[in-house]
Amino acid sequence: MSTFDNPFDPARRLRAGACSCGQHASQSEHEATLQLSCDIPETEAKRYEGVVASAVMRAVFPKEIARRAFLKSVGTSSALAALSQFFPIKTATEVFAQGAGKLEKTDLKVGFIPITCATPIIMADPLGFYKKQGLNVEVVKTAGWAVIRDKTINKEYDAAHMLAPMPIAISLGLGSQPIPYTVPAIENINGQGITLAMKHKDKRDPKDWKGFKLAIPFDYSMHNYLLRYYLAEHGIDPDADVQLRSVPPPEMVANLRADNIDGFLAPDNICQRAIYDGVGFMHILSKEIWDGHPCCSFAASKEFITTSPNSFAALTRAIVDATAYASKAENRKSIAEAIAPAAYLNAPPVVLEQVLTGTYADGLGGIKTDPKRVDFDPFPWQSFAVWMMTQMQRWGQIKGDVDYKGVAEQIYLAADTAKVMKEMGLTPPATSYKSFAVMGKTFDPEKPKEYLASFKIRKAT
Amino acid sequence: MIKSLRFRAAVVSIAIFLAFIGVWHLATRQTASVGTMSPEYAKLMGLTATSGKSAMPGPLDVGAKLWEHLKRPFYDNGPNDKGLGIQLGYSIGRVGLGYLIAVIVAIPLGFLIGMSPLMNKALDPFIQVLKPISPLAWMPLALYTIKDSSLSAIFVIFICSVWPMLLNTAFGVAAVRKEWINVARTLEVGTFRRAFTVILPAAAPTILTGMRISIGIAWLVIVAAEMLVGGTGIGYFVWNEWNNLSITNVIIAILMIGVVGMLLDQILARFTRMVTFPE
Repeated sequence: MSTFDNPFDPARRLRAGACSCGQHASQSEHEATLQLSCDIPETEAKRYEGVVASAVMRAVFPKEIARRAFLKSVGTSSALAALSQFFPIKTATEVFAQGAGKLEKTDLKVGFIPITCATPIIMADPLGFYKKQGLNVEVVKTAGWAVIRDKTINKEYDAAHMLAPMPIAISLGLGSQPIPYTVPAIENINGQGITLAMKHKDKRDPKDWKGFKLAIPFDYSMHNYLLRYYLAEHGIDPDADVQLRSVPPPEMVANLRADNIDGFLAPDNICQRAIYDGVGFMHILSKEIWDGHPCCSFAASKEFITTSPNSFAALTRAIVDATAYASKAENRKSIAEAIAPAAYLNAPPVVLEQVLTGTYADGLGGIKTDPKRVDFDPFPWQSFAVWMMTQMQRWGQIKGDVDYKGVAEQIYLAADTAKVMKEMGLTPPATSYKSFAVMGKTFDPEKPKEYLASFKIRKAT
Repeated sequence: MIKSLRFRAAVVSIAIFLAFIGVWHLATRQTASVGTMSPEYAKLMGLTATSGKSAMPGPLDVGAKLWEHLKRPFYDNGPNDKGLGIQLGYSIGRVGLGYLIAVIVAIPLGFLIGMSPLMNKALDPFIQVLKPISPLAWMPLALYTIKDSSLSAIFVIFICSVWPMLLNTAFGVAAVRKEWINVARTLEVGTFRRAFTVILPAAAPTILTGMRISIGIAWLVIVAAEMLVGGTGIGYFVWNEWNNLSITNVIIAILMIGVVGMLLDQILARFTRMVTFPE
């Protein structure tokens, strides 16, 4: 079950034997009595209203039987009308949506890199998700990962779009001074791909890739770890048999055209752009390596959280809200249009549409459909962070031992995100560690050391 | 004769321009043959892939786009999308500020170095080491210590444009004819008066030449600096359009950078002519 499955959906069963919301003996009783709070919320505002209304109901009728009797006798809509008489549900919903505390800072700057991973951060601006939280956010396009890191460290940005492993690297002091960083939300899952130059269209087996020059966007990126993992699983040592280069995404397409590289594992819209321009084809989606892998994250410094906790919470709510909106397939087309202009991604809308809707040209003359090509889920699973640290060790970025869980829990703020999601009427997962499979091999977050030791191909230490 | 020389030069210039445009046009014609593809598939692909359009834009594409930019140079669609005129304005503003600071520092310091052989010798090693450093090498250091990207850009302009001015001022001051200074001394002119009424006018042409070199360097540096720090300016515009792989806009930006650079140079050239004197 994904985070954004509707908990009020009558067809969903939380517990076997009971009704869909788990509070009634049968489904029919559930539908009869609790329609008030079990309506399928269409919009975020409705969902908040639902949360507030059911809280009010519970407060007015602390006893289950009394409430059910009341609802049965008057019907849900008149019950809601009667309640609104003496309790301003509308105002309460607004107050709730804005959060309890006063915002310390309303003018915020958030940096982003123009790729589709940043979709929630970007679209929250034109679609008004920041405004709804009372924030006046300026989203600023930034030239590269190192620049976004420096500008966030310099406090020019209050929060920023970063590759999921970057906050870990910054906090551990890899490639920069150690500064405590946090990830309150993951932005996107999946949404990357391996694109190869047209001349390699018959070399679909990675075993034939010896001597290839492949590009990745940054050393501390999921792209790097996923590509290395993929190559190693096929018996190619990424440090010895191929050349991996860190190349800024827009230059990847130009380099592919100029025959400087043989392919890349890159964020979308770059993969699709190479296809659009006829210089490459989609070898595999990153989803085929690890379905549901995180890619980019929404990151903030620990300092911002401690100095402006309410603004931070509001910002997190806006991002979680936007992510929830982006996770719905029917919204994807309008999102593609909203983020395509020069102020945001500055990319042809037809390319973005293919990425976001998942119906895309593969570059070899076929049209493929995969609605989960890119997906959005904000929950920062701490097991993601543990996996990334095992890969950092595997490829020599971290030398020696790491306190996996300690670091993961400091940086990936699963508890805070869960709290925000609960406040917003979403159902966060009960645990912050989950096990998952990468290319069929299961990762157990309880046994990172054993996992690391099980890889044959790794950088010799 | 002069008029006819000018006329002939103009004709040759225009001929070169037309030849260049012609070659450019021919080189970017649709050439590549295209495989057949289904209409649904073609709809998802770009023109390069579907109709064999060259990846490099032709002069007509650039002309049309340029006209579009010139029609509305000052539009403002939020922090990440502004008209070409506004972007150039930001760049010129940054260059102006950085350059001004460089002038304020370089000319008095240059005077000092030029007038005192001791300081000349003492500061020489520092200048020689700092002078050849590329602007981009300063950038990370500036970002890290100044902690503000637009100030860093201005700092980089300053640090790169200060050296030619400093060296030229020092050289100009040191090379003032000994006779003139001796005459001033004989007439018992005070140090300050001597500096302003004798040395400054005498060294002015050399100083202005240094300033002219500096403005050129400052304009070169701003594009690189803005590509790194982003946000506003013509350098950011180039980077943003490169991100979109819009070579047409990149070419337009290159053209604009050239035109503005030429104008800045011409302004300084005019000042230089004003202070030049016949010996």
